[in-house]
Amino acid sequence: MSDVKFISPDTLEQAVDVYSKSSKEGKTKILAGGTDLLVQIRSGISQPDTIIDIKNIKELKEISNDNGSYTIGAAVAGAVLEEEKNFGNNWPGVLEALRLIGSEQIQGRASLGGNLCNASPAGDSVPALIASGATVKVHGPEGERDMPIESFHSGPGKTNLKNGEIVVNFQFPKKQKNSGDAYLRMIPRTEMDIAVVGCAVNVTIENDKCVDARVALGAVAPKALLVEDASKALIGSNFEKEAVEKAALACEAACNPIDDKRGTISYRKKVSKVLFKRALEKAIERAKKG
Amino acid sequence: MNEMDNKWIGKNTIRPDGADKVTGRAEYGADTIMPGMIWGKVLRSPYPHATIKSINTKKAEELDGVFSVATSSDCVDFPVDTPVILGIQDIRWMARNVLAKEKVLFHGHPIAAVAAMTEEIAEKACELIEVDYDVHPWAIEIDDAIKPDAPILHDFIKFDGKPSNIAGTLEHKKGNIEEGFKDADIIIEKEFETAAVHQGYLETHACLVSVSPDDRTTIWSSSQGQFMVRAMTSFITGIPQSSIRAIPAEIGGGFGGKTIVYLEPVATILSKKSGRPVKMVMTREEVMRASGPTSGSKSKVKIGAKNNGKITAAQGTFYLQAGAFPGAPIRGAAGCCLAPYDIPNAHTFGYDVVSNRSKVAAYRAPGAPIGAYAVECVLDEVAEALNMCPLEFRLKNAAKEGTKAVHGPTYPVMGYVETLEACLSHPHYKAPLKKLQGRGYASGFWFNAGGESSAQVNITEDGNVVVTTGHPDIGGSRASIANITAELLGIDVNRVSVLIGDTATIGFSNLTGGSRVLFASALVVTESTNQVIDILKDRASKIWNIDKEAIEWENGEARPAGDNAGKFKPLTLVELAEQATPTGGPIGAGHQVNTVGAEGGFATHICDVEVDIELGIARVIRYTAAQDVGKAIHPAYVEGQLQGGVVQGIGWALNEEYIYNKDGKLDNPGFLDYRIPVCSDLPMIDTILVEVPNPQHPQGVRGVGEVPIVPPLSAIANAIYDAIGTRFYSLPMSPPKVLEKISD
Amino acid sequence: MAKIQVKTKINGEKTEFLCQAYDTVLDVLRRDLNMTGTKEVCSTGDCGACSITMDGRLVCSCLVLAAETEDKNIETIEGMAKNGKFNVLQKTFLEHAALQCGICTPGMLVAAKSLLEKNINPTETEIRYWLAGNLCRCTGYDKIVKAVQAAAEEIRENA
Ligand SMILES: Cc1cc2nc3c(=O)[nH]c(=O)nc-3n(C[C@H](O)[C@H](O)[C@H](O)COP(=O)(O)OP(=O)(O)OC[C@H]3O[C@@H](n4cnc5c(N)ncnc54)[C@H](O)[C@@H]3O)c2cc1C
Ligand code: FES
Ligand code: FES
Repeated sequence: MSDVKFISPDTLEQAVDVYSKSSKEGKTKILAGGTDLLVQIRSGISQPDTIIDIKNIKELKEISNDNGSYTIGAAVAGAVLEEEKNFGNNWPGVLEALRLIGSEQIQGRASLGGNLCNASPAGDSVPALIASGATVKVHGPEGERDMPIESFHSGPGKTNLKNGEIVVNFQFPKKQKNSGDAYLRMIPRTEMDIAVVGCAVNVTIENDKCVDARVALGAVAPKALLVEDASKALIGSNFEKEAVEKAALACEAACNPIDDKRGTISYRKKVSKVLFKRALEKAIERAKKG
Repeated sequence: MNEMDNKWIGKNTIRPDGADKVTGRAEYGADTIMPGMIWGKVLRSPYPHATIKSINTKKAEELDGVFSVATSSDCVDFPVDTPVILGIQDIRWMARNVLAKEKVLFHGHPIAAVAAMTEEIAEKACELIEVDYDVHPWAIEIDDAIKPDAPILHDFIKFDGKPSNIAGTLEHKKGNIEEGFKDADIIIEKEFETAAVHQGYLETHACLVSVSPDDRTTIWSSSQGQFMVRAMTSFITGIPQSSIRAIPAEIGGGFGGKTIVYLEPVATILSKKSGRPVKMVMTREEVMRASGPTSGSKSKVKIGAKNNGKITAAQGTFYLQAGAFPGAPIRGAAGCCLAPYDIPNAHTFGYDVVSNRSKVAAYRAPGAPIGAYAVECVLDEVAEALNMCPLEFRLKNAAKEGTKAVHGPTYPVMGYVETLEACLSHPHYKAPLKKLQGRGYASGFWFNAGGESSAQVNITEDGNVVVTTGHPDIGGSRASIANITAELLGIDVNRVSVLIGDTATIGFSNLTGGSRVLFASALVVTESTNQVIDILKDRASKIWNIDKEAIEWENGEARPAGDNAGKFKPLTLVELAEQATPTGGPIGAGHQVNTVGAEGGFATHICDVEVDIELGIARVIRYTAAQDVGKAIHPAYVEGQLQGGVVQGIGWALNEEYIYNKDGKLDNPGFLDYRIPVCSDLPMIDTILVEVPNPQHPQGVRGVGEVPIVPPLSAIANAIYDAIGTRFYSLPMSPPKVLEKISD
Repeated sequence: MAKIQVKTKINGEKTEFLCQAYDTVLDVLRRDLNMTGTKEVCSTGDCGACSITMDGRLVCSCLVLAAETEDKNIETIEGMAKNGKFNVLQKTFLEHAALQCGICTPGMLVAAKSLLEKNINPTETEIRYWLAGNLCRCTGYDKIVKAVQAAAEEIRENA
């Protein structure tokens, strides 16, 4: 370990250059907030020989608002994003999902990019990002590309990033009038737990009718899911009982969970329906406010 | 002493060790260094059950930076068939728990240890140790350990004449149980289960040991007893106790879990072999895997009562996990469970069951919460069947002064009834509840303990006071001792400093445990202080040239009394200290004794919960704990004991559990998945300090630390029933379990 | 490769140290700088005993690499009492018996201070959630919350 390298490049190009030359076999690791990476190093799960700290790279720390379209740097910590008041007014669901990660101490460090790239099926911000319709910009040896969040992961702990690619930022669509998003998770305690089920809902309402809806679930499958059948059930409805029930059943049907120390299959399925309904209610309330 | 006149007893003074603790100065087990210090690490078993065929440490020894390697062959050999009893522990087991000998008995069982220049090298060297195992089938749960073809952990343990994992039993009997049940109008019998839970002290086990070539040994470690550390290390290493100086570090929580050694003997061997001081610090994961949780359990309780509400008979059978070696706290389960009640016919029976889990260690009122959980839940059902208020029902059957307890003693003055009455008249009892909210009640008992204690009270040359006792202070006992000493001497509390002596500077003092510390140390400190007062009077008598008997000690000064009253100007402590040398020399006194007269403690709790029936989550929304505390010397720290105990009970009831995977390994060895309550889970915890002084103690002290963890398990279960009409018979009542049962 | 040289500021004092890439700030504080006031309880971010602030932001020092602290401002428990005087939280923690064993106390104080710097009038719920990442096994949190409330009140009165 005494020959492990630590570098903190100032530009994306430098970072990608080092990363692409040595990222094979996972021996080089990107460090954002380190709240996943350091735990993995401590337990021996990850033993990189080079650590690239990306927090000195401008693009990754930037928050910008272009006429209502937000771009959030991949390494921006939760506590920092919260201070950007207007972001929370636009995307309260995304912010609350990010803010649910760990404690205030974890919030001082944990980033959207880290949460996404760590690729835990239970990552809290991921369903909210999916529901928001955000895309992620990645930069690699072959240049830049954008990906929808829902196609970012290939399985638990696995992403579709190519060799040497780094996540740069998240681009949010302009928030629609009368739309609102929300994220809820189930944990046994009130804080400091990993989601047993997470659900994000983003709806747009016109004349009491649902004109757009995106529903996403976390911790119920190998990766976070966009539940298109739930969206279909909602779009065009007045959120009448039958439509909501149909969407809830679609959520339950989309679940493909495991039994583990945090919850059973049957528990996760039941809870996905409940959380969906509660998150929907919250999203509708927010949508109605603007 | 007249209550009303107390100046310090009963006051919330600032603790003597407080400033150090809020500034980061206080030194805990892992906070010291010594010149030339190296680091020790432990190699642990990857299997839950295996015979060790051979251990080859050669490669580890040859690694650059490695100084020494230890295995059980470096320890004193204690044959498995000869008990070596020390307190409630058996050194045969302790030695094998510290370093496995013939077999490894749980995943994480220590096998060898290495001392090296850095922790990293020591860890690497551990990986180089070659162990040849013969792996056996294992048993984790009680049912698997007691079934007929169960894998046997210890061949020589016999039950009913056959090798068995039942290592011991204990029973209490009173009256005639069959007749008692015949008399009953209603009988309820239920079975219960609880999961193993960890004490969860935040400070991990840590020590620093230095052994010189003539075996003189200094141990710096955090434990619940420096004398226990000295004795156990001496037994296991063969170094005589007189050569070992065990220095108590500040201790970052123990709750019973630090009443035994894990690292100290190992570090001693490593230091002896290397000639260097050796520091060892467990990781959180090591603490969870290999230090004592308390038992998981299975039990069956049957209670019969008459329609008039009188209990006629009670019966309880308790199986408790001991972990890898015998010693489950069956005494606490079978002995405490019926203690609050006056029951004519009763029978309780406990089984001590070994299995391939880490050896259990004491945890706050060991065994008692398990017994009380089953009994108090059944009592709730009986009260319901009789259509009685659960508190009135308990009042009707409450034990009082003169009651012969099922576990043996006839009670002296005690305050159980007062805790029930305090709850009945508390606003919480009548407060309205909303939908899906419920209220539960439960009582609890703990024996409390006396035992050996030593103290020394010295007057400094400038007329202030230094008190030394021998019990590590976990929860603020130094503050209480300062209060008592200041009260007796009639001086300002800030003139008293209280220290914990090491094994070389203070007489033998038994463990900080069993809720005994303040009871016992107050006794010896009182006796020592009274002796000091006697000496002070003697010195005044010399100065005034009058009889000692004609002198009173009041308000921090010697005053001439009786015929001499007013004849001389009183001499203050400072003045007497100034004249110490000409009047006879240093002023101080010590006392050492095996204290007796510790009386049991009783509590009654009221708990409100709210249940989210769609998610299965139960949250405690209000809690009130009433307890007979004897006399609260420092009320805030007494309240703190109640609040802390209650919250540990809440964790036990709702979310804490040891979860094993199919390979016999603990699956949740960290605070992320071993879920102790966090701040946002809880309401304020109200306390009612009922004071029925212990007549056998100069200040009326009763132990207070353990009782509060006894009632919460059942208080919460009963509250959940009240909220949603479903009874739970298995802990923890975690969301998946709750939801599954509700949806059935 | 040689060790990494880091220049940083700890409690206002310029500090230089050498570390390895995997060393955390907590490792360096406790092991190399002998600043043991910051406690190590889990090393995985779960307990908050190792809380410090870095450039004013509350973090777990077990989850920050020492190499990341170049040019940063670190504050630890050792820097909380100023000129031999307690910070108001240290005082109220003592007055309210908000510690028993005291091992959680340094982290609790650092976290509470960071809350009160943001919000001098927190509700009980805000205090409880802010401190959710600081485990305490001894007190049941009751007196800790009350001590923070008392400190906030004192700060408001003196504001
Ligand atoms: C106590 C505790 C509680 C937690 N609670 C939660 C919780 O409630 N919910 C939850 O979802 N998570 C939780 N986590 C996990 C973790 O905090 C989150 O996943 C967090 O968002 C990770 O962000 P980070 O910036 O710290 O990532 P890092 O640890 O820095 O990185 C995580 C992974 O992503 C890679 N990576 C990071 N950024 C990039 C990038 N820009 N491009 C390419 N790869 C990158 C890293 O190499 C690493 O493999 C918790 C962790 C702890 C320690
Ligand atoms: S030691 Fe850092 S959070 Fe526990
Ligand atoms: S006081 Fe002991 S952990 Fe908080």
